[in-house]
Amino acid sequence: MSMLSVLPSSLRRLTVAVALVGTLATAQAATATAQVFDPTVHTLENGLEIVVIPNHRAPIVTQMLWYKVGAADEPLGKSGIAHYLEHLMFKGTEKVGPFEFSQLIERHGGRDNAMTSWDFTAYHQTVASEQLEMVMELEADRMRNLRLAEELVLPERDVILEERLSRIDNDPAAQLAEMASAALFVHHPYGTPIIGWEHEIRQLTTEDALDFYETWYVPNNAILIVAGDVEPEEVIRLAETHYGPISSGTLPERTRVAEPKQWAPRRVELTSPRVGQASFSIRYLAPSYHRSLDDSAPEAAYALQVASELLSGATGRLYRRLVVEQEIAASAGASYSPTAYDLTTFTFWGSPRPEVEPEQVEEAIRAEIDLLLEEGVNEREVERAKQRLLDSAVFARDSVAGPAYAFGMALTAGGSVEEVETWPERVREVTAEQVEAALALVIRSERSVTSVLRPEPTS
Amino acid sequence: MRRGTWHQMYYTANRFLAVATVASLSLAIVLLPRAAAALEPQRVVSPGGIEAWLIQDDSNPLLSLSFAFRGGAAEQPEGLEGVAALAMSLLTEGAGEYDSEAFQDALADHSIELSFSASQDRLSGALLTLTRHQDKAFSLLRQAMTEPRFDPDAVERLRQQFQVVQARRAQDPSTIAWRTLYSLLFGNHPYARPSEGTPESLGAIEIEDLRAYVGEQLARDRLYVAAAGDIDPDTLGRLLDETFGPLPEEGAAFQAQEVTPNAEGGLLIVERDQPQSNVVLGHAGIARDDPDFIAATLVNHVLGGSTFSSRLFMQVREERGLAYSVYTGLSTLDKAPLLVGGVGSENARVAEALGLIQAEWQRLGEEGPTEEELQTAKDYLLGSFALSLSSSPRISNTLLQLQLDDLGIDYMERRQELIEAVTLEDARRVAKRLLDADALTVVVVGKPGGLVSTREPPGES
Repeated sequence: MSMLSVLPSSLRRLTVAVALVGTLATAQAATATAQVFDPTVHTLENGLEIVVIPNHRAPIVTQMLWYKVGAADEPLGKSGIAHYLEHLMFKGTEKVGPFEFSQLIERHGGRDNAMTSWDFTAYHQTVASEQLEMVMELEADRMRNLRLAEELVLPERDVILEERLSRIDNDPAAQLAEMASAALFVHHPYGTPIIGWEHEIRQLTTEDALDFYETWYVPNNAILIVAGDVEPEEVIRLAETHYGPISSGTLPERTRVAEPKQWAPRRVELTSPRVGQASFSIRYLAPSYHRSLDDSAPEAAYALQVASELLSGATGRLYRRLVVEQEIAASAGASYSPTAYDLTTFTFWGSPRPEVEPEQVEEAIRAEIDLLLEEGVNEREVERAKQRLLDSAVFARDSVAGPAYAFGMALTAGGSVEEVETWPERVREVTAEQVEAALALVIRSERSVTSVLRPEPTS
Repeated sequence: MRRGTWHQMYYTANRFLAVATVASLSLAIVLLPRAAAALEPQRVVSPGGIEAWLIQDDSNPLLSLSFAFRGGAAEQPEGLEGVAALAMSLLTEGAGEYDSEAFQDALADHSIELSFSASQDRLSGALLTLTRHQDKAFSLLRQAMTEPRFDPDAVERLRQQFQVVQARRAQDPSTIAWRTLYSLLFGNHPYARPSEGTPESLGAIEIEDLRAYVGEQLARDRLYVAAAGDIDPDTLGRLLDETFGPLPEEGAAFQAQEVTPNAEGGLLIVERDQPQSNVVLGHAGIARDDPDFIAATLVNHVLGGSTFSSRLFMQVREERGLAYSVYTGLSTLDKAPLLVGGVGSENARVAEALGLIQAEWQRLGEEGPTEEELQTAKDYLLGSFALSLSSSPRISNTLLQLQLDDLGIDYMERRQELIEAVTLEDARRVAKRLLDADALTVVVVGKPGGLVSTREPPGES
């Protein structure tokens, strides 16, 4: 469950070990999402897609209901409504009282939570396998029967404002990242924070939440993913019973405004006494699995995953050059997440060693980028990166919930089950030339944002 | 997932969950009957006498090994804070015939994940490997522990990385809050010192300090091992001997003493220009080996341990919207158990949130939980254990924790009985014993309105 928390708990920081140095928590390498999970798939008449991934390791089951709607689908001026609604989904229905949903699950030793991103909103529970029907009944119930009382809705808006304070306003690195995203996406809603802008959150109403709910929370806009100690036939039978009776709805087309042609590089800097250590990054607009950039080929996303892998980690190019050889950076790497409904981001990042200015790290990263464009990558580093990505798919099979996340993210971003299942083949086919072509496509200064975080000078 | 991609891009409805994990790690243990056979741990003793607990499972061709040495950062020499964590990280930066780059290449080229870490009471290691690279993985592990090189360039590189991290932590409000709280509670004890070090203490560490620390602490007399995955007991036994056999039989005598946390209570504000105040608070807890520990866990669940139904969650978050995160947890430090908690609220509203927490702390101490609350807490504890067995690393970690807590290999079977045996009377008695609002030390980082410090900053009193 801890992978769900965006911010690590401070208690954990003090009591559990030292965090791995060399990777910034906010800039981890994007890697494999899946290999052959061999799921059973089925679609109900009302349009609900079902994916079942049996895993009999422990007598538990994870139910996830993913809606193909997220913060990037919000009406203009209503930023934060997807996330606000996600919180309000715990406030009860006609049959189930406020808070009762989670408390029922807790009484059975289960855990539940939910999450919102730009492209999805997902609700999930992990319970003993014999409780699957209970959580299905509850989740199906709140797909259509949410009841919102004003006295419950308003304090929750304050909770979200507090959440925003802890995640963003209290943290200069997050404040800067918010500005960098806004600068990179000059028109597309990915430039708007998932949690929303504070002034708009303050104006959100029950009506706004219900409008969003009525529009998007229908079976033909949802994917039910069940993983764990279950049999597919039984899952489908239960889904038929509980989700089957819900009528499908009329869905609006899911289109977001596209990025215009960008003309000039942007730079955002933040200097604050609350910053303990400088850091540097360059973000570039990049294609995703399903959205091409300048008519890029579909394999570009796979090539960029390989590129990110070979650049990152303790054996990656950037760490070897900036940290080990040049001894100017404390950490350096690249990150890329190909799973997005629209365009995505490819990022180079690094933080200077003590007594080194961020400009030196910037200069060194830019030199590495030039080198990549001029001399390309070598076969050996490409092969090593591919092998690590392929192995990561085996590790992904090990956990109960891991495959469920992989399918949920892919399917809400326009992908298919088949695509997740054939991911290793696509990675295996990537060539050094494709990696070079993809990097050349992405590394264009006029589609970039450079960001620099600095501590306030003490003198 | 091995390396998630999504955690940086979404928000969850709930507060941070790690505290609950810390608090329940060693106690949320019950097995549902149908799983008992598959998940029954075996005690493996190698020909050389090294013990490990194993849950064998051939459904995926991989193996997770979790192990720990008692001791940890609390055994660091004063002034050399950070030597434990730095030494642990350096174990994978050059060993035996491999220099740092060669060692990292060997790990990466075989997709082996090997890491070491230090907490106050433990040095921990984790190995995750595909079965086909198993022998290579154990060989690298052995060399890391028994032949670390501590080459000067690697030491300097990691030292500076650690200094950068600590410079960042020094400005992190939650780290500031926790460090201040531990200083106030523990005075001169090692628990009061920043276990990961400061830029200054890290700068003082010599290569010989690293060697000495590893030589004294990585010994078989304090070792615990657990494994989960595709391996049979005989193979595991052979690998245990090859890997851990070369370690010294005995390490240095432990230095850290038992300590009673300061109970004078009171409030300290660490003024800092930020819109939301970070609050942490705590006082003495109940030890893992105390007969009242399970009752204390249930009481904590009712107070602030439960994710969505605790009294603090309901009052502070649900009813008034005063915080996103409000929680409590039992912290089972070896030498001084604690009950701690925290909340984050806008500066203008934090006094109200803190007042509610203190009032509830007192009320629950006086009255204890209701019958219904106790039952809910028991049901949760009873049912939730299986959830901690959802992947090989989680299974091996759970088996390791059972050993460290000295609960016995049959604890999974006994646990249900122990939880069910807690009566309302027990819970009330333990609530009274555990909760003492007057003894709470509170640290607030921010610019809180309506609060006044009653304590001096640590080191100045």
